[in-house]
Amino acid sequence: MIEAIDLRRTYRTTTGVVRRKPLEVEAVRGISFSVEQGELFGLLGPNGAGKTTTIKMLITLLLPTSGQAKVLGHDVVEDAREIRRRIGYVFGGDRGLYERLSAYDNLRYFAELYGVSGKAQRLRIDEVLELVGLKGREGERVEGFSRGMRQRLHIARGILHDPEVVFLDEPTIGVDPVGARELRETIGDLIAAGKTVLLTTHYMFEADALCDRIAVIAKGQIVGEGTPEQLKDNVTGGRVTEIEVFGVDDPTVARLRGIHGVTSVLVEDRDQAQLLVVQTSGEREVTAPLLAELGELEVGRVSSREPTLEDAYVSLVTAE
Amino acid sequence: MRTSARVFWTGFALHFKNLSASPFMMMTAAVWPLVYATLAFLMFRATDQAPSLLYAALGAAVMGIWSTTATSAGGAIQQQRWWGVLELLVAAPTRLILVLAPVTVAISGIGVYSIVSTLLWGRLLFGVPIQIEHLLLFAVSIPVAVLSIGLLGLVLASTFVLYRSASSLSQALEYPIWTITGMLIPLSLLPGWIGPIAWVLAPTWGMEAVRNSALGGDVLKPLLLCIGLSLAYTVLSMLLLHHFERLARERATLSLT
Repeated sequence: MIEAIDLRRTYRTTTGVVRRKPLEVEAVRGISFSVEQGELFGLLGPNGAGKTTTIKMLITLLLPTSGQAKVLGHDVVEDAREIRRRIGYVFGGDRGLYERLSAYDNLRYFAELYGVSGKAQRLRIDEVLELVGLKGREGERVEGFSRGMRQRLHIARGILHDPEVVFLDEPTIGVDPVGARELRETIGDLIAAGKTVLLTTHYMFEADALCDRIAVIAKGQIVGEGTPEQLKDNVTGGRVTEIEVFGVDDPTVARLRGIHGVTSVLVEDRDQAQLLVVQTSGEREVTAPLLAELGELEVGRVSSREPTLEDAYVSLVTAE
Repeated sequence: MRTSARVFWTGFALHFKNLSASPFMMMTAAVWPLVYATLAFLMFRATDQAPSLLYAALGAAVMGIWSTTATSAGGAIQQQRWWGVLELLVAAPTRLILVLAPVTVAISGIGVYSIVSTLLWGRLLFGVPIQIEHLLLFAVSIPVAVLSIGLLGLVLASTFVLYRSASSLSQALEYPIWTITGMLIPLSLLPGWIGPIAWVLAPTWGMEAVRNSALGGDVLKPLLLCIGLSLAYTVLSMLLLHHFERLARERATLSLT
């Protein structure tokens, strides 16, 4: 249903105010993956990893710099109109709706743009409002909607024309936990209805809960791919040591990364302290060498635990 | 063809409704032209050689329509971009011209409020007699003039899909266009070299059709020329949009980021 082969995208911009210098930013650097019919495939990665750029190339809003991508057998460069007819696109956030108009007016307009007209239009709008739980609120202006309601309206808009493939770009971003859970249920309903879904997210638990397969993307490249279980397997057997420390600097962190058996070191700021999350391969005990490298620095709580799926994700996206 | 007309009409109705809900747009459309009208009435009153006050009222009204279009057509595309809707509109399978033409025509359509407010202003404050010679032709000329101004706005707006800061270009064209299309000053008073430029601008003929239907004179010729040029603008916009959409996909200018 979706196929990307060595997909690349470079943005050209400029720096400076008076003397402008051209600058090239490689947002996507040779991505390849495929999504089968009825599958929920997740593109998981941190902000700026290239997820949205990838999805925008697949939905024909951006031209790839090189490589090839096909959706439903059609080339994203040459057959844009045919692809647009058969896919749905939903993105997260507050924008993308006519605020001063009602939810019904918004849906009616997009139904028209997607060729759903006449009697079918009213029936279909009722159906999607029911699906996303907005039935009875369609006459209200969108400006009065909560973020969760807007997001559900986005999904309703994206599936109005009953597309075969739905692209969801961070649909739960900024939505409260209850709203996000309801949205995830709605996404589950799409799969139950036989849709193929490509979801981008930077929430590990969301990808874990929803996706059949996940591709972890970092710095424009896929750094890991498989089922959530396969990704978890990559880190089983290792250990995670967490050390609370005060005033650690970059050279010290670099030395910690050089310790034999250490696979990644993540620094999280905690008020005046920092939390070092150190992953190691195998069962090797590294607490002593780690503390030795920290030397005279003040050290707080030290603990060791089994790695989680989130650690697997962090390990993949922070690997050099 | 029927589907295209339906998409256009639905889009027009939605954008007209959306714009009518904006206090700023209503202010621009209904109050701004009153300034033009007041200046025109005072100028025309001051000389014996000036055309009638109804001539000035109609000119000021159409100036209001053009001003709304010039200042807002570019802004409207930028606003769709700000609202995050532009990408969704482009991602739809409908041809871009059927998506954007209703936006610019709805903006010029909002200018119709300026006709009502200007004529009322003239009647109540300056005693301008509202006597229309050919009521039916006047009723046809108004929507044709509005449509032609909206489609001229579309030609300009086509570039805004590609260039994020191009809206300032259309604002810069506000005064020159209403000067050389004879909205306020008769074209015969302007230098001869302006003539050919005025002839390729549909609002010139739209203005003439509106005036002649109200004050008397040939309506059919300017009306047909206005329709013909509007069709040409539509074709030009289609070509521009096809080209600029591809460039926008290449240069990533559809979104803000």
